[in-house]
Amino acid sequence: MQATLQPRDLADALAARAAHPGALPMAGGTDLMVELNFDRRRPERILDLTRVAELAGWDREGDELVIGAGVTHARLVTDMRGLAPGLGIAARTVGSPQIRNRGTIGGNIATSSPAGDALPPLVASGARIEMASASGARSVPLSEFLTGPKRNVMAPDELITAVRVPVAQGPQQFAKVGPRNAMVIAVCSLSVHLDAVEQTVRTAIGSAAPTIVRATEAEEFIEGVLEERGAWERPGPLPASALTRFGELVAAAARPIDDVRGSAGYRRHALAVLGRRTLSWCWQEHRA
Amino acid sequence: MKLILTVNGETHEVESIWEGESLMHVLRERLGLPGAKNACEQGECGSCSVMLDEVLVCSCLVLARQAQDRSVVTVEGLAPPDDVGVVQQAFIETGAVQCGFCTPGFIMATEDLLRRSPAPGDAEIREALAGNLCRCTGYEKILDAVRLASARLGAMG
Repeated sequence: MQATLQPRDLADALAARAAHPGALPMAGGTDLMVELNFDRRRPERILDLTRVAELAGWDREGDELVIGAGVTHARLVTDMRGLAPGLGIAARTVGSPQIRNRGTIGGNIATSSPAGDALPPLVASGARIEMASASGARSVPLSEFLTGPKRNVMAPDELITAVRVPVAQGPQQFAKVGPRNAMVIAVCSLSVHLDAVEQTVRTAIGSAAPTIVRATEAEEFIEGVLEERGAWERPGPLPASALTRFGELVAAAARPIDDVRGSAGYRRHALAVLGRRTLSWCWQEHRA
Repeated sequence: MKLILTVNGETHEVESIWEGESLMHVLRERLGLPGAKNACEQGECGSCSVMLDEVLVCSCLVLARQAQDRSVVTVEGLAPPDDVGVVQQAFIETGAVQCGFCTPGFIMATEDLLRRSPAPGDAEIREALAGNLCRCTGYEKILDAVRLASARLGAMG
């Protein structure tokens, strides 16, 4: 392997990306180092992004958060409370403290695994991905950025620079199924976000389709129930039948497969449970 | 190109490394520091945990080049030679060490936890140690060790 590229600012990083299309961009290394350690990948060289100053922080611009691609999961856990709580909750389910200290939101997005834990809350929030190359910059919704398992619209000369996430306007929840509370790749996961201002419900399913999918029928169903009952203005308890139906519609939106982590049938069953559960958590929080 | 990094307060210059090499490999095979253990090489077991610029990491998942000009602390750097720190002593006394292979990783994770949160509850301890696997103890003695270390450090102020 040739000498690692270690740019210190974004302009140099983009120039390096343009000049060395075969170089593998690496941030926290939590996925890529495994591939190097096990001889699964031998890039001609590595483009180390950990020193690029512009990627390291996050900021609030009006009603949006601009989160640099190099922000770690650990930082999302502490910093997103009250701003993008669903993202913070999801980040806390990633790996272990060691993994959360290294893995970044940009890496999670670029890897584009259907099981990427940061992805469901970002899709449910309507996040946009900002990319740049030596010749310009563009921004696409995450739902369009992801095109399949580990596939996305990034060009070989582009890097993810930041994620734009609307500040939460209501409760957000994320739940993930796995054999234990830490160190698991999601068998399936679900984000549910309530927007009390716009009076909308948004969902996103992880690890149960080729990419992250929304359960739009479930969203429309529960928005109808809430509107009909005048529940946004007078938030009473939600009928159990509505929670159950919401869960069923979430499960129906998934396109799961059988694999080593779980069967398609199990994933559908679990998503119905997660749908019921996360919606009731959100609604309890909204009522309080 | 030389790799220059500080390990346990001492600056090291490593003449030549493979560009895909992990920090763990540099520590163990080039600097002769076997405290960080080589087990899973995929961040699953926590046995290679070290502090990188005061942040707990799996050294197997850090590209050695990423540690250029940075500061690493391994289990060897926690106490003078032939001595042990408060956390290490607590592990010895409570029976938290059996085969000992996972111990350096647990010690580093515990050091990190108690620096951030000197008096953690059990749920916090479990979350902080969730990235470290032990196949001997069943973890109860390790939890005892963390509680003991926390109490002693608290008493020392």
